[in-house]
Amino acid sequence: MIAEAQRGPYSEEEPSIRLEKLGRQQPAKRKPIVRYQSIHKSFGELEVINGIDLDIFSGEKIALIGPSGSGKTTLGRMLMTLEEPTSGSILIDDEPLWQMERKGKIVRANEKHLHRIRSKIGMVFQHFNLFPHMSVLKNVTLAPRSVLQLSKEEAEERAVEMLRKVGLEQKLHDFPAQLSGGQKQRVAIARALVMQPKVMVFDEVTSALDPELVGEVLTVIKDIAEDDDMAMLLITHEMEFAREVADRIVFGAEGRIVEQGTPEQLFENPQSDRLKSFLQRFL
Amino acid sequence: MWNWDYVNDLLPSLLKAFGVTLGATIAGFLLSIVIGLVFAVAARSSIGPVRWIVRAVVEFIRSTPLLVQLFFLYFSLPMLTPFAMPAFITGIIGLGLHYGTYMSEVFRSGIDAVPTGQWEASTALHLSKRKTWLSVILPQALPPVIPVMGNYLIVIFKETPTLSAITVVELLLTAKSEASITYRVFEPYTLAGLLFLVTSLLFSFGIRLLERRYFGTKQLTGGGKR
Repeated sequence: MIAEAQRGPYSEEEPSIRLEKLGRQQPAKRKPIVRYQSIHKSFGELEVINGIDLDIFSGEKIALIGPSGSGKTTLGRMLMTLEEPTSGSILIDDEPLWQMERKGKIVRANEKHLHRIRSKIGMVFQHFNLFPHMSVLKNVTLAPRSVLQLSKEEAEERAVEMLRKVGLEQKLHDFPAQLSGGQKQRVAIARALVMQPKVMVFDEVTSALDPELVGEVLTVIKDIAEDDDMAMLLITHEMEFAREVADRIVFGAEGRIVEQGTPEQLFENPQSDRLKSFLQRFL
Repeated sequence: MWNWDYVNDLLPSLLKAFGVTLGATIAGFLLSIVIGLVFAVAARSSIGPVRWIVRAVVEFIRSTPLLVQLFFLYFSLPMLTPFAMPAFITGIIGLGLHYGTYMSEVFRSGIDAVPTGQWEASTALHLSKRKTWLSVILPQALPPVIPVMGNYLIVIFKETPTLSAITVVELLLTAKSEASITYRVFEPYTLAGLLFLVTSLLFSFGIRLLERRYFGTKQLTGGGKR
């Protein structure tokens, strides 16, 4: 399989390093928090993912690039359980997401299992998906209060801190309809961050924005990427941004991983023709 | 033809019966909302059999006349089970059940209109099913269907004379028995009609006020994420 052959410096890392102290190590030396294993996904006749293996290491920032229709978004949505793989498995912290054990047999995961395993994952969407009937503050405190059972004060304290991080602490009592696209997306980022996920999926988060609003959102994400503990899966068309933020770039096309490596390797010295022609369109 | 003295005699008993009509309307309407919500939410259950059963029940109730259902609840049910309810309660349950199925369709359209992204965001934030329904979906699904709900309030109100078939002494039945005593039909039926008319108009006025309250401010609707 192509993906197998070109997994680069990450392929042979095994959990022996697990015992080492985590800290400011190279991402490659940490343990994988997410493992996609021979994932396939079809929508009816259409096969969008055609055998993908991918490990995401704890704290690692991965940028997933590729032409539209290459299955990038589907890969992210499967991790958030918004899409079910047709075959293959996804492990989160060594636990299978889409399968569970019942009476000694491996069966399809039920809602309770999904809910438990996906709790380490967060996601920011292309179309923000803010709750339009709630203020900015309420959008951000809803989950901490209801899911983490924080008190009102605690939840608001955390929310305000996150909103300050994205530069919107003065908008607490505004409603989403009163915000610009860029501001909405920053609220959505704060709303996801406040749950402190171990892996955050950013699904084309600037694609729905006016060009002049893209910068403010990318700046916020770069700032968040400073955090060593949270892994990020950035599905993006912003090549400059990917290059700046990512530890590793994964290039996918036609439902497979075609090439991956450090930003330097992929952008300076692409190996496959597919990637070369893809990159040419961005230069 | 029109005798004001007779009107004066009639009014107390008509107004008393009108209280019964109004009571059955409000109680039936509230019950139909509860039943409609339960059906609408259950119709989206992740458990297959629950969905099928709800769909079958809704289809069944909608395909039979209210009158038949009332007869069944009032006359047949006590023969089949130990439950025997007073006519007024039976009438409310009949109205609530019958219009609950229509209401569930109204709610369904409201729920369907909530963008998928709202469900997905709720999943991504790990909200429970319950919390998702109560805090995210229903608050967005219900305000837009308030006008249609209001229409059903008026429909239920105008349907209350059907309850006279199971001996509920509501407005029209009272008018009828007054007429059969005096053999004067003009005043009782006209007054009954007028009471229905005025109340219906008041209802629709109230609904319009509610509508304006919910749709007057842009901020509560249209989050710019469709």
